[in-house]
Amino acid sequence: MEKFTVLNGLVAPLDRANVDTDAIIPKQFLKSIKRTGFGPNLFDAWRYLDTGEPGMDNAKRPLNPDFALNQPRYQGASILLARKNFGCGSSREHAPWALADYGFRALIAPSFADIFYNNCFKNGLLPIVLPEADVDRLFHDVAAFPGFRLVIDLPAQTVAYADGSRTLGFEVDAFRKYCLVNGLDEIGLTLRHADKIKAFEDKRRREQPWLFGA
Amino acid sequence: MAPQTLYDKLWAEHVVHVEDDGTALLYIDRHLVHEVTSPQAFEGLKLAGRKVWRTDSVVATADHNTPTTDWERGITDPTSRVQVEALDANIRAFGAKAYFPFRDRRQGIVHVIGPEQGATLPGMTVVCGDSHTSTHGAFACLAFGIGTSEVEHVLATQCLLQKKSRNMLVQVDGALGRGVTAKDVVLHIIGRIGTAGGTGYAIEFAGSAIRGLSMEGRMTVCNMAIEAGARAGMVAVDDTTIEYLKGRPFAPGGEAWDRAVAHWRTLKSDPHAKFDRVVAIDAREVKPQVTWGTSPEMVATVEDRVPDPEREKDPVRREAMERALVYMGLEPHTRITDIRLDKVFIGSCTNSRLEDLRAAAAVVKGKRVAPNIRLAMVVPGSGVVKAQAEQEGLDRVFRDAGFQWREPGCSMCLAMNADRLEPGERCASTSNRNFEGRQGAGGRTHLVSPAMAAAAAIAGHFVDVRDWR
Ligand code: SF4
Repeated sequence: MEKFTVLNGLVAPLDRANVDTDAIIPKQFLKSIKRTGFGPNLFDAWRYLDTGEPGMDNAKRPLNPDFALNQPRYQGASILLARKNFGCGSSREHAPWALADYGFRALIAPSFADIFYNNCFKNGLLPIVLPEADVDRLFHDVAAFPGFRLVIDLPAQTVAYADGSRTLGFEVDAFRKYCLVNGLDEIGLTLRHADKIKAFEDKRRREQPWLFGA
Repeated sequence: MAPQTLYDKLWAEHVVHVEDDGTALLYIDRHLVHEVTSPQAFEGLKLAGRKVWRTDSVVATADHNTPTTDWERGITDPTSRVQVEALDANIRAFGAKAYFPFRDRRQGIVHVIGPEQGATLPGMTVVCGDSHTSTHGAFACLAFGIGTSEVEHVLATQCLLQKKSRNMLVQVDGALGRGVTAKDVVLHIIGRIGTAGGTGYAIEFAGSAIRGLSMEGRMTVCNMAIEAGARAGMVAVDDTTIEYLKGRPFAPGGEAWDRAVAHWRTLKSDPHAKFDRVVAIDAREVKPQVTWGTSPEMVATVEDRVPDPEREKDPVRREAMERALVYMGLEPHTRITDIRLDKVFIGSCTNSRLEDLRAAAAVVKGKRVAPNIRLAMVVPGSGVVKAQAEQEGLDRVFRDAGFQWREPGCSMCLAMNADRLEPGERCASTSNRNFEGRQGAGGRTHLVSPAMAAAAAIAGHFVDVRDWR
């Protein structure tokens, strides 16, 4: 997994509440058995004017000029600013895969749906929760200042305006932060406890044998 | 010891290890696997040269992509077939306790077959790469959906890294009115607390109305806990739970059964256990529900009208309402019962069990689907449900009324197979999500109970099933 320490990135706004994972990556693209290549179909139904199907040449499809990510000023954005309950709906990890594949490395919203929030960390994507009022102000500033950038410092747990005019703190679980900062594979970390898992399992097998058995 | 909630007990029973920041390594008893969220996980295992930690925890089926017609022709959509074949190959290579592949007579929606086979047992942690895993909480399991990286993590380690959620109690007391079902209860709850109302919580559903539900009804309620933002929903063990499990293929028998039951009986919240949030609902106030928007919280009763965004003070909500009404092609103040439909879908892991099909059949018996309905279909949740329904003659009732009687699977719940809405088509659906495009690009979904969907198919528009004759 790619490490995440400090990110100085362009911010793109997505001003809708309750953006669900079906909207982030529509189901017709879930038939892939790979983890990559979802970026061109991120927000497919909003981004293009036609209906997307797997196998289409996305470069030839008509873009929806009203959709924020299609505006020239947001090209190359690596930080997505969103509204509450972002990532609700299905558990598909294709949603963070698509966001990461598109080029996002961090998301900022007043709240995220649980499973989606978890999935982000496994893919080097940092979801940051900020109070509603701060998010409101960020939406305002992104609109007001073309080229608006933020500096996200994960070790310091801060989000700062690139010109240094404002700095906001954010919370993140210590363990998740540790994994993300060091780009660690969680399976490898867990397997350090293999003996403990084995012992737990043996005890469980003795006490509740009906939970086991081929 | 301080009194514990059911969730506290289930959590404590599965903690293997705790990191300094409170992140726990939780042991997983049952891992349900389907074709959409597993290929990348198996691929990851292969690449890392890892094995499945405990194959007898894995129960797998193909459900999301499988067609519901012409099974003898196989899966004609090439991308769907690749995914289903990938699952076949992965199970062959890695092993499982049970696999119900495409066309097996026990195949079906993963959340229907787990309980049906007795593969879901009280006190288990149950996970699946699917958000509606919360369904299994009806059996006093700690059951929740996970992403593909977590699927791989469970396959490799039998554990998951988790932070404990807070406790919420949704207490539903009183008797449900005639024609009011578990689906209406859960939509009512979501309307009350909102789609983010349960975020960060595990919800226990309790009270006399919940205890009065069958296991099927409890599954319907827990199924939609995720639509209220909660990862897990659960119901305590009682006689209904134990009766349901008795004699199921994977349930214990003999002396093990008695020992198991003794343990299962402890799986309930202690008196005076502390909940971080309590929501009380009077069951007598619950009416048949119909969603009008593009989020399950955008719900009204069948007596209501489509709401007016003008009256909403919160600007973010107002905008969401306006956008939803445009998408849904609805005008404010329209009576819910004046909404005319194009299609009717009875199915999904929310409402495709025998009890649901019986309720729908009772409504349509001896009647005909309205001429404006282009397609009314019933998709049983599993091959077992289908066979039982046919034994009772329910398939005849539906067919005689003009419904299509299909093979089991997820079908038009998410439209990954050929079953879908065309742009602009309006559907009464017993599924769980009315998001934009969920049932097909541009399709318009109204979530309802099976009885309400059945009545709408006959009338051609929504009707109050309490008045049904
Ligand atoms: S029926 Fe629908 S909600 Fe249930 S598992 Fe299938 S796709 Fe998901």
